[in-house]
Amino acid sequence: MTDSITAEPSVKTGMKGMVDDWSSDQRAFKTATWDKSMMWLFLLSDIFIFGIFLVAYMAARMAAVEPWPDTSSVFAMHMFGKDVPLLLIAIMTFILISSSGTMALAVKFGYERNRKVTAILLIVTALLGASFVGMQAFEWTKLIHEGVRPWGNPFGAAQFGATFFMITGFHGTHVTIGVIFLVITAFKVLRGDLEHRRPGFLTGRRGRYDMVEVVGLYWHFVDLVWVFIFAFFYLW
Amino acid sequence: MADHQAQQHHPLSVYFWVWGWLFILSIASYMVDILGFESYLKWSLIVTFMLVKAGLIMAVFMHMVWERLSLTAIILTPPAVLLVAVAIFALESDHIASSRIQYFLMG
Repeated sequence: MTDSITAEPSVKTGMKGMVDDWSSDQRAFKTATWDKSMMWLFLLSDIFIFGIFLVAYMAARMAAVEPWPDTSSVFAMHMFGKDVPLLLIAIMTFILISSSGTMALAVKFGYERNRKVTAILLIVTALLGASFVGMQAFEWTKLIHEGVRPWGNPFGAAQFGATFFMITGFHGTHVTIGVIFLVITAFKVLRGDLEHRRPGFLTGRRGRYDMVEVVGLYWHFVDLVWVFIFAFFYLW
Repeated sequence: MADHQAQQHHPLSVYFWVWGWLFILSIASYMVDILGFESYLKWSLIVTFMLVKAGLIMAVFMHMVWERLSLTAIILTPPAVLLVAVAIFALESDHIASSRIQYFLMG
């Protein structure tokens, strides 16, 4: 596979550029690597997965006759002698945003060939992600002890439990997979696999710093999904 | 081969700026709950903060503003179909809710 972007004649931008890109026998995503294009297409499919979950949640909640549990108090934490609403969820939100920031910086330092800083930032991102999953496990344990089940709960509409476990469970799974890939990428960076373009263990593709950006896309997407879950499920 | 391609190179300040705004917007949407806003004020604020946050993450952290329109269009256009699903299921569940009230609660 040879990338011949430099050999292509005049490359136009904007709407004309898009039509040109699609209308001839050539590569459509000119500035995106193969890995990046494929990651974006995967994320597009993932958008639909979570999109359908949220639509299903909307449908279940609108059709419920019993009142929907008040998330503000269901997810409250007893701290400093009073109930602070949504405290753990707020902390989880800030942790995920912080991890998105460190991830963005990791991509930047990766392209600057700064191995050590990139690896440290990737590890920090992974640790923040792991702590997010830990808090989610705590949240699940707390709710299960309070009697929340997929088929019912003591706070209101029975559909609440199924929606909660399904949506946050799927998101948590995504975070967990992300943490695993972050750790793998951090090791690859640290070992110099990307810098010396060594072939990988699984696919044999040669290492390059675009890999950090592609992992980053996945990680930012996980944060993006949480933004929607936080708004629609916890705050609504 | 990768070396010929446009790599995403942007100043640190852009990332810190977005990072800061994501924190501010998250605090703002949390405040909507704390302050106990209700109904349309609450919903419009939540959705606004959510969309701005999502936009910032996609545009800057995921480098969407620096990609070519071909990629941006292929990723952002299909999810618009989800709005059709929202409309269909909103109608449907509204109907289900009124049937349930009519036949199970009042019947």
